[in-house]
Amino acid sequence: MGQIKLTNVKKSFGAVDVLHDINLHIDDGELVVFVGPSGCGKSTLLRVIAGLEKVTGGSLEIDGRRVNDVTAAERGLAMVFQSYALYPHMTVRQNLAFGLENSKMPKAEIAERVGEAARMLEIEPYMDRRPGQLSGGQRQRVAIGRAIVRRPVAFLLDEPLSNLDAELRVSTRAELAALHARLSSTMIYVTHDQVEAMTLADRIVVMRAGRIEQVGTPLELYNMPANRFVAGFIGAPHMNFLRGDIVEHTPGTAILSLAGGYRIAVDPGTAPVTDGQKVTVGVRPQHLTVSRDTASPKVRLGLVEALGAETVVHGEIYGERLMAVLPGQQGYRPGDEIHLDLQAAPLHVFDEQDLRLFSTAGAKAKAPV
Amino acid sequence: MGAAARFIFRRRGSNGRGKGWHWTDIVTWVWLVCGLLIMFGPAVWLGFSSFKTPAALAEFPPTILPYVTQEVRVEGYDKPLALYEATLEGGGTRVLAEVRRIGIVSQMVDPNAPGEIIKVNIADRAPVRTMSFATENYTQPFVQFDFVQYLWNSVFVTVMATLITLVVNSMAAFALSKYEFRGRSVAMLIILATLMVPLSVIMVPLYSIISTIGLFNNLWGVILPTVATPTGVFILRQYMLTIPDELIDAARMDKASEWQIYWRIVLPLAAPALAVLAIFSVVWRWNDFLWPLIVLSRRELYTLQVGLSIYAGELNVQWHFILAMTVVTMIPVVLVFIFLQRFITTGIAGAGLK
Amino acid sequence: MTPIASSSPASNRRLGSILFVPVQFVMTLIDAPLRALQKLTGISGMAMFFLAPNMLIFGIFVLLPLAINFVYSMTGGTAFFLADRTFIGFDQYSRLFECGNYLDPLSCQEDAFWTAVGNTAWFVVLQVTLMILMALGTALILNRDLRARSFWRAVFFFPVLLSPVVVGLIWKWILQRQGLLNFALFEMGLEPHNWLTDRTWAFAAAVAVSIWAHMGFYALILLAGLQAIPKDLYEAAEMDGTKAARVFWRITLPLLAPNLLVVVVLALIKAVQVFDEVYVLTGGGPGTSTMFLTQYIYETGFASQLRNPGLAAAASILMGLVLVVLTLFQLGIGRRTEGKRKR
Repeated sequence: MGQIKLTNVKKSFGAVDVLHDINLHIDDGELVVFVGPSGCGKSTLLRVIAGLEKVTGGSLEIDGRRVNDVTAAERGLAMVFQSYALYPHMTVRQNLAFGLENSKMPKAEIAERVGEAARMLEIEPYMDRRPGQLSGGQRQRVAIGRAIVRRPVAFLLDEPLSNLDAELRVSTRAELAALHARLSSTMIYVTHDQVEAMTLADRIVVMRAGRIEQVGTPLELYNMPANRFVAGFIGAPHMNFLRGDIVEHTPGTAILSLAGGYRIAVDPGTAPVTDGQKVTVGVRPQHLTVSRDTASPKVRLGLVEALGAETVVHGEIYGERLMAVLPGQQGYRPGDEIHLDLQAAPLHVFDEQDLRLFSTAGAKAKAPV
Repeated sequence: MGAAARFIFRRRGSNGRGKGWHWTDIVTWVWLVCGLLIMFGPAVWLGFSSFKTPAALAEFPPTILPYVTQEVRVEGYDKPLALYEATLEGGGTRVLAEVRRIGIVSQMVDPNAPGEIIKVNIADRAPVRTMSFATENYTQPFVQFDFVQYLWNSVFVTVMATLITLVVNSMAAFALSKYEFRGRSVAMLIILATLMVPLSVIMVPLYSIISTIGLFNNLWGVILPTVATPTGVFILRQYMLTIPDELIDAARMDKASEWQIYWRIVLPLAAPALAVLAIFSVVWRWNDFLWPLIVLSRRELYTLQVGLSIYAGELNVQWHFILAMTVVTMIPVVLVFIFLQRFITTGIAGAGLK
Repeated sequence: MTPIASSSPASNRRLGSILFVPVQFVMTLIDAPLRALQKLTGISGMAMFFLAPNMLIFGIFVLLPLAINFVYSMTGGTAFFLADRTFIGFDQYSRLFECGNYLDPLSCQEDAFWTAVGNTAWFVVLQVTLMILMALGTALILNRDLRARSFWRAVFFFPVLLSPVVVGLIWKWILQRQGLLNFALFEMGLEPHNWLTDRTWAFAAAVAVSIWAHMGFYALILLAGLQAIPKDLYEAAEMDGTKAARVFWRITLPLLAPNLLVVVVLALIKAVQVFDEVYVLTGGGPGTSTMFLTQYIYETGFASQLRNPGLAAAASILMGLVLVVLTLFQLGIGRRTEGKRKR
């Protein structure tokens, strides 16, 4: 139990359309992460599913039942809010019990469920305190506990980790993953942090400006980004983009020319490419390596960030900015010139509409012409 | 006293700088001390006066504390006689009772030897006085007049009006702060625009409405027109806007009905603003004068304010009773002032209106 | 508004929970029918439900009177029930405005009205000017580096809470012929007066008592305005060696100006309506020397033998017009300063 199906879901506030034709199917037990920059509509989509906002078009189904006009209370979902939204005037115990009392559950059962959640989340020592007396991490657990006691069809989590400090965020993330494994119920998780999305998700939904850009497993998105936006959004530091065009192509081979005239032969697969087509070539900073071959593109270094385990270098190539993450400690200084190997790196080629034409695994790339 | 004065008058931060008294410091302290005398003095004077007998009130020059001339019963005289300390011609003083006064000569007797009349110049005698609090100023109006009834009417009006104000205003403020609906801005505009509609502008038609619905000479006729205060709605709404909307969403997910959200989430969280409004409302309703004066024309319905002003307006003013009842009328407000003054001042400074 | 910090939260809470058991019971009882209502109306319908009681009372006792006041002012007779009154058009207004010489109230048909208007005008000018100056002085003094500032603030605020009847009676007692003030003057070798039976002195007493009763309120608002001025401005001025007077004229006053304007308009609105404490103090006398507009409306409408509710309504509408102008002015100020702050 816990399938959620959205068909052409629309949402507008007055004349402003916030969500356009959202189609999505979420399976029972799946942990789906909505990710995107702020203002992309991911939180609105979550609130639409929760029933806190009314759908203005399309249909929303939970377990096969159309719930467009069902109130939030009757959808059987539970939500963890970004600010936790714990009732400040109630103790932790009262916070957990409030929702159960409202559904007229017998007292004994309420106590049992609250106790169980408290044990699971290790919040028993402060059940009689008020939220104001708890630390951020403790409040976060209580907020999750309030959702758990409800035994909902699905959990909706709205940026639940964004108010925690960096260290706590990492450990809580791991706990959330463990919790999902244990409860094995559907979870929808909203975040703007793609690392959270990558580490937690069964599937990621990348959104921009009220539209879904791509849905897929974390590695699908990483390896086969559907467009330039997804490619840039997933992965840190973000992907480098270089302008170029397709000089000529034969089946199985296309010759790419970068802005500086540097040419690479790649395998476009079945992608429809044409000669003279303008394209954008994407390459991840981690996939770039230093080349001893002086024919390789030359990069003049600007900022050099020595992080110890790796070195991040910023530079300019053919008048375009570029970043590379090099292993270990490199000893470069600003102003140095190095050559980077574009041959060995997996490349992502996008057309003028920023849609992906094809991606290549580095090894398949052919020698320059 | 000296140490306390030094503590109060020492200017903060003046120790280290070694500056002397600037003229502004003198102005400050003259202003503050005069303020203390002028603001509190009259009320304190009223309080002391209220314990004086009618005779003591009529005295000129007045004394601060209530004194009465001691009297004794002397054999052979029907009425009690006033005691005086008289300086005799031959020197020495005796305590004598005055029988009568003729011109500047007072005829006196020794209470222990009532037979002999002693003549004393009135300049040579001073009354023997003791401090005495005329508590009958307080008990009499309650026993003989309707002041118990007035007091009860005032309490009833104040409590009822405040309770209804809190409920009705907080419901409206909840609707105006936590819901989106058509007409919300119109409702807000009406409330803001009428923030300044005073009773003086609508008293004639309001009176006709009250008498049409049969609330003339009825305490509810005093209560109802006052309860939908725009100020109250305004104060509560401003406060409720600071309650995060996510809490309300959370409660909706927790299957709370809108009514439950109102009284289990929003009301408890708005408690500070409710407290401020409650204090305001108590003071307003307790002090109301013109409207009760118009609506209530039967004595047994008067509130304290109306009763007091009508007694004070009568030809034969019995000041000793008036003063005592004024003190009674002042008591709740003084209690509010002593214990809750901080909330009022911060409330006014916050909302910027009365 | 700071949350109330109770001295003993635990015991208070226990007492509170005992008191609230019946309330809680009632609220729970109400909940079931309201849930049903919510099913019918939806969430936004419930907003109407919450708004209804307040708006209903408000409509009946504020908006409706406002509306029928105009009808009232165009009818004659002594009856209060609107259906029993005869329509006479603008006669009441022309009666109010019928004057031989507009500078002399006694030449008017309704000489009492014009006397009240004149008295009120003088009162407004004197009371507001003096009171605001004193309130500003008090606020400036309270804003200094004082010990026990909240105590001193409370001192000036105390009379604000007193009822007008109490204020009137306190001062009637002090200003009477054998009262404290005359005694004090006598002791100082000055001449006593019959404060409340002399026309000029009674008017002065009305102004003074009303200042006494309300000054603290305005001082409080001005003090809040002063405290909102950032301290670093003064520190910067001190670093520049700016003279105190210049600091006042160039920093304090300009930054306080919006508050000052709001306070002046509020005081004007209140002063135009002056009634209660003066009525108790002097009863409008001696003669008509302290009779103000509200008293005229009250007596014309209800108290006098020849009561004329229509005339009172007409006068109250004229007074309302003045207040509307002042209120609009105040809303205008509010909007302008709000805009400034946003920028």
